[in-house]
Amino acid sequence: MTATERRPMSDVGLRERSGSIRPIWHGRRHILDLDDWEPGEVVQVMDIAVSMKQILARPMKKLPTLRGKTIVTAFYEASTRTRISFEVAAKILGADAVNMTASASSVTKGESLLDTIRTLQAIGADMVVMRHPQSGAPWVVSDRVDASIVNGGDGWHAHPTQALLDLFTIRERLGRVDGLKVTILGDVLHSRVARSDIWGLNLLGADVTVCGPPTLLPRDWVVAPESLPFKLRVEERIEPALEGADVVMALRLQRERQHSGLIPSVREYCKLYALNAERLAMAQPGALVMHPGPMNEGVEISPDVAHGAQSVIEEQVTNGVAVRMALLYLLSGGTARLDGE
Amino acid sequence: MVTERMRLIGGRLLDPSQGIDELADVVVGSGRVLEIVRGTERSRRSAVASGERLVNVEGMVIAPGFVDLHCHLREPGFEDKETIASGTRAAAAGGFTTVCAMPNTSPTIDTASDVEWVTTAARRGGVVRVHPIGTITRGEKGQELSEMADMAHAGAVAFSDDGNMVKSARLMRNALAYSRVTGRPIVDHAEDPDLVDGGVMHDGRVASILGLRGAAAEAEEVAVARDIALARATGGRLHLAHLSTAAAVDLIRAAKAKGVAVTAEVTPHHLLMTDEWIAGTGVGRPPFNTNCRVNPPLRTDADRAALLEGLLDGTIDCIATDHAPHTSVDKDCEFDQAAPGLSMLETAFGLLMRLVDAGQLDLTTLIRLLTVAPSQVFGLEAGTLRVGAEADLVIIDPGAEWTVDVRKFQSKGRNSPLHGERFRGLVRRTMVGGEVVHEVPE
Repeated sequence: MTATERRPMSDVGLRERSGSIRPIWHGRRHILDLDDWEPGEVVQVMDIAVSMKQILARPMKKLPTLRGKTIVTAFYEASTRTRISFEVAAKILGADAVNMTASASSVTKGESLLDTIRTLQAIGADMVVMRHPQSGAPWVVSDRVDASIVNGGDGWHAHPTQALLDLFTIRERLGRVDGLKVTILGDVLHSRVARSDIWGLNLLGADVTVCGPPTLLPRDWVVAPESLPFKLRVEERIEPALEGADVVMALRLQRERQHSGLIPSVREYCKLYALNAERLAMAQPGALVMHPGPMNEGVEISPDVAHGAQSVIEEQVTNGVAVRMALLYLLSGGTARLDGE
Repeated sequence: MVTERMRLIGGRLLDPSQGIDELADVVVGSGRVLEIVRGTERSRRSAVASGERLVNVEGMVIAPGFVDLHCHLREPGFEDKETIASGTRAAAAGGFTTVCAMPNTSPTIDTASDVEWVTTAARRGGVVRVHPIGTITRGEKGQELSEMADMAHAGAVAFSDDGNMVKSARLMRNALAYSRVTGRPIVDHAEDPDLVDGGVMHDGRVASILGLRGAAAEAEEVAVARDIALARATGGRLHLAHLSTAAAVDLIRAAKAKGVAVTAEVTPHHLLMTDEWIAGTGVGRPPFNTNCRVNPPLRTDADRAALLEGLLDGTIDCIATDHAPHTSVDKDCEFDQAAPGLSMLETAFGLLMRLVDAGQLDLTTLIRLLTVAPSQVFGLEAGTLRVGAEADLVIIDPGAEWTVDVRKFQSKGRNSPLHGERFRGLVRRTMVGGEVVHEVPE
C-alpha cells in the first residue's frame, strides 16, 4: 500500500477502524499514563476524536460541551504544541482555558507543586493539564486533589496524550494499528513520548522496535527485554530496525547529549541514526514518517523526509487537537455519543 | 541507675555473645546484669526469698539491646527532622540501646569539641547510649582530613563522610593509613558520584519504565573495589556502609579471603525491599513513592538475595539501620527533589523478622547481627548480657503482630514506606542500664 492508494478517512466506517476491539470508557478521573489502560479505552478516545476532527474541519469551530468549566494548563517546562493544542481544544469545547507558566508564578517564590495545584483548584480549576520536567510529578498531586489531572508530559516518563494522537494518526492513515511494525528511532532513554507510545502500541497489538545508540537506550531494554511489561525489540543499529517498518517515528535529539558525553558528536549521530531518504527506503514502501516535535531538521531527520510525501508530522499536530478534545470531553463526564450526533 | 534488684523470670534468654539460647532468669541491679539463672523453678523460689521485684516475661525473648552502627540523629542543625531526644526515643522503641550517630549535621562533627557536644547532649537528652562518629574530611568537603586522633580521644567510635563518598582516592588512602593511629574504622559511603550522575533510583528495569534517572549498580562496585585496594595497600581499617549490590558482596568476600581488614553492614531495607517498591504495582502502592528514595537505592531481587547470602556466610558483618529521618516538606514533592533516606529505627526489627518467618534467617542469627556483631565491628562495650555488663536489654514478644503507623512514631521522621505494613515480632520493652526506656503494655 502506498500513500496515494490510501482511502481518505471519511470513507472508512467507524466499526471497521475500531477493528475487533470494543470501545469502552470507565469514567477515569485523570489521564496520567497509558500503563493501566485497556485497549477499548484507547479505541473509545480515538473514535470520539474522529468526530472531533470533523468539528475541527467546520468553518464555525465551537461546541457548548464544556461551557462553564475551567481548564488550567500548568506548564513547568517549555512547550508550544502541547500547551496550545490543549488550550485550543478546551476553547473549542467552550471551556475557559487559563494558562499558568511556572516561570511567571509563585513557583519561582518556592511554592511546592502540591500547593500550586491546590491553589489552582481553589481558584476554580476543574481540570489541570500539567507539563513537568520531572518524572512522576502528576502523581504527587493526583491523589490529593478533586480536579482532574491531565499529564501533558512528565520528565522522561509519560506523555499519554501524545501517544493517543500518534495511535489516532496511524489508524487514520493505515486503517489499523494491530500487526503493524512500528520503529521508534533515536534518544529513547530520555523520551517520554517513546515510553507512552510503547504502552499504547502494545495495547493495540503493534510490533514495536526501538533503535538508538547504546548510550541512549535504557540498558535493561537491551540486555533483558523479556523482563519488561511490554513487548519490544531493541536494535542498536538502524538497518535491521528499519527493515519492513510500516511506521517510523524519529525522536528529537537534544544537543546537550554531546556535552554530557552520551554521543561523540551530533555529526556522528547523524551519520549513524538520522532518518534520511536512503534509510527510509529500507522500510515498507509508503511507510509513515512521524515525529512528536519539535524537530531538529538535519539532525535526527533530514528536511526532505520531514516534509516528504510519507510524512504525517503536521497531521499529528492537527490530530493532537482532536484527541485532546476527545479526552477533555470524556473527563468532563461525556458519553460515547456526542451531542447532535 | 536503678538500685532495686529486678528478676526477669520465665523468658527465653537469647544472647549470642555467650552462646545462650534457653529458658533463663536474668537478675538486674545497679544498672548491670547481676546474675543469670538457668532453671526456672529454683530461681522463682529464691527470688521470693530475697525480696526482689519479679517481672514475668514468660513467652518472651530476652536479648541484649540492639546496636546500630549507622543512624542520623540530625542534631545539631536539622532539629526539624530529628533531635537526639526524638531519635533516641525512636531507637528505644525499635529495641536499640546503643546507636552511632553520623556526623553530617550542621555543623558537621569535625573536631573533638564537636564530638564532646554530641556526647553531652546525648547524656542530657537521649534515652539510649549514643556514640558519635566524626567526619573523615573537614565539613565532609573531601579536601582536608579532620583531626581524627583528637576526635577518637574524645570518644568518636569511627569516621565517615556518610552521604558522600570520599571522592579523592588519595585522601581516602591517607585516611585509611591514619586509621592505624586512631584504631578506629574509616566508614565509606561507597558510591562513585560520577557514575551515580544524579541518579535517583536503581538503574534497572523499573527506572527504565518510570523514566527516572538511574543510579548504576557499578557506582558501588567501582567504589568498593577502590576502597578495598586502598585498605590492602595501607593496612588501614575499612568499614563499608549500607551495601546494596551483589557485585560489592563478591568483592568483599574475596578481600576477606585475602585478609584485608574490611567489614561491612547492610540495612533492613536493602535486605527486604527492591526497586519494585518505587513502581508500587507489585506491592499494591502508588508509583513514585518518595519515601522509597534512599542512597544507595533499593536494588533488585538478585541483589537482595546476594546481600542475604553475604550476611549468612559472614561476608557482611552486621545489620545497621541507616535511619534517616526527614520532614514532610523534604518528601512531599517530586521524586527527583525528595531527600534520600528512610525513617527506619522503629521498623527495623519487625521488617527483619520477615526473614525469620520466611525461614531465611534464624532468630539467633538475627539477634547476633543486631547485637554482638555490630559491637565487635566498632569495638563497642555493648551487645552482651554477660554478668557484670550494663543491663541494656530488650524484651521481645516474638508472636505479637502489629501494624506500622507512622503517626505513632517516636521519630520526627515519618518518612517510612512501610506505613500500614503488618509485622510479627514486637519490641515489648527496652531497658538501658536497667531502666525502662520503652514499653508497650500487653
